[in-house]
Amino acid sequence: MSSLYLDLIRIRFLTMLAYRVNYYSGIIIYSINIGAYYFLWKAIYGDAESLGGFTVAEMTTYVAISWMARAFYFNNLDREIAREIKDGSVAIQLIRPYRYLVVKTMEGFGEGLFRLLMFSVPGMCLALLLFPVQLPTDAGKWLLFLLMLFFSFLINTQINLLTGLFAFFVENNEGMMRLKRVSVDLFSGLIIPISFFPVWAETLLKWLPFQAITYLPSSVITGRIEGAEAYAALGTQIVWFVLLIIPIFGVWRLARKRLIVQGG
Amino acid sequence: MYYASIIVDYLKTYMKTRMTYRADFWIEVVSDLAYQVMNLFFVLVVFQHTNLLAGWTREEIIFIYGYFMIPYGIFSCFFDLWDFADRYVIKGEMDRVLTRPVHNLVQLVLENADPPALFGSLTGFLIMVYAGWQLGLEPRWYDWLVLLVLVIGSAMIYGGIYIALTSVAFYSDSKTGIVPMMYNIQNYGRYPVDIYNKTIRFLLTWVIPFAFVGVYPAAYFLDKEITRIFALLTPLVGAIVLMLGVLIWNIGVKRYRGAGS
Repeated sequence: MSSLYLDLIRIRFLTMLAYRVNYYSGIIIYSINIGAYYFLWKAIYGDAESLGGFTVAEMTTYVAISWMARAFYFNNLDREIAREIKDGSVAIQLIRPYRYLVVKTMEGFGEGLFRLLMFSVPGMCLALLLFPVQLPTDAGKWLLFLLMLFFSFLINTQINLLTGLFAFFVENNEGMMRLKRVSVDLFSGLIIPISFFPVWAETLLKWLPFQAITYLPSSVITGRIEGAEAYAALGTQIVWFVLLIIPIFGVWRLARKRLIVQGG
Repeated sequence: MYYASIIVDYLKTYMKTRMTYRADFWIEVVSDLAYQVMNLFFVLVVFQHTNLLAGWTREEIIFIYGYFMIPYGIFSCFFDLWDFADRYVIKGEMDRVLTRPVHNLVQLVLENADPPALFGSLTGFLIMVYAGWQLGLEPRWYDWLVLLVLVIGSAMIYGGIYIALTSVAFYSDSKTGIVPMMYNIQNYGRYPVDIYNKTIRFLLTWVIPFAFVGVYPAAYFLDKEITRIFALLTPLVGAIVLMLGVLIWNIGVKRYRGAGS
């Protein structure tokens, strides 16, 4: 059984590899993103030494790391699932002897691995050359970061699965998917670190799963969270991962019961 | 005349399909607006930590944002063909489009038109008027005409860029790789270009001219010295970009070979 899922990861990885235009453009576009946010933040800082507890140098590193991490955890599983529900091909997926949601997660993982190796690593090298990014040299920190990155992927994927599955109930959930996409970018701390938000919003966001996607791992690698607190951050991620399994399980059960294949 | 009746027919079909999923129609309108509000939220949060962004005040940035939303709404209504490669090229739906007498691009635009996106334009206009009022701007009578011309120019730039990007699908078999990634880049034209370094400024002005969709034309009304000339270039750049986009498209369509089964 496990070799089946490993193969799914491999196949998706190879499929991604086949489309070469994707990764040339990917590296360039991710670098432009890092660059644009670097200059935007530099302008926001102006003469100020530190804002929201971040110095300019920390902010630069935070921006670079967060965008590169996004390359790994990002996927379009919600759109894929919604499309399969809409065009009816989900019916075939359901009669196959595997777990549909696990299959989707594995495919997303293959895609993430592809982007990690083909976008993030070369993109990071490019960012190191172009911008004053300072990466830690402590191997332990990197290990913890990689582990946290894996949970970022899991939590983001869970949110995508949930959004995608809503297509079972509303038939066309384009608007919701768009909303989810922006919420993840904004509330996860990718666009603004959570500590910049006004106090009420910061408190609110601490109770939502989004911060576990970008803010926590990026804070650990930039050294904003250290020692025992870093492990607590990992703990928060694990708690969210476990908690999110419950609604997915519920929605999935409900969804299968009311599946209507439209056309075919 | 022929095209006018086609457009009416498409609109009728559109209304019928949309009314099947009535709830979704409103979810989409609301989520579109929420999307814009969240982007605005970024500006508000940032200005809690600073008073000026490279010499621009909060209201000025919000004004630019409001302007940007108008062409953006028009773009999402007509040119947002994000899954074109997948649906039309890889799955071969383009066959159906090409066998009909109406120009293929016109058909695609009408088939995928999304009129609720125009609510975004309206909201943008209101945000712009509000920010302008806060800034104490006094529009002269012809400023409204200038606004119209600039918005048309900006929308043409948007259209041209995205038509060109969409036609990449004809040249490489790539799945929707580039179009979604461009969503972030278009946002950078909303901030004063003088904050970026030369490379990015050059990129946003001459290569993928998103600066003409936001900061340049909006600055015309703010009487910012530096960008006056650039603002008036907007319609010209728009015409050129749209022409290039359609040209790349037309050459691309000739390379389309169908998709087997």
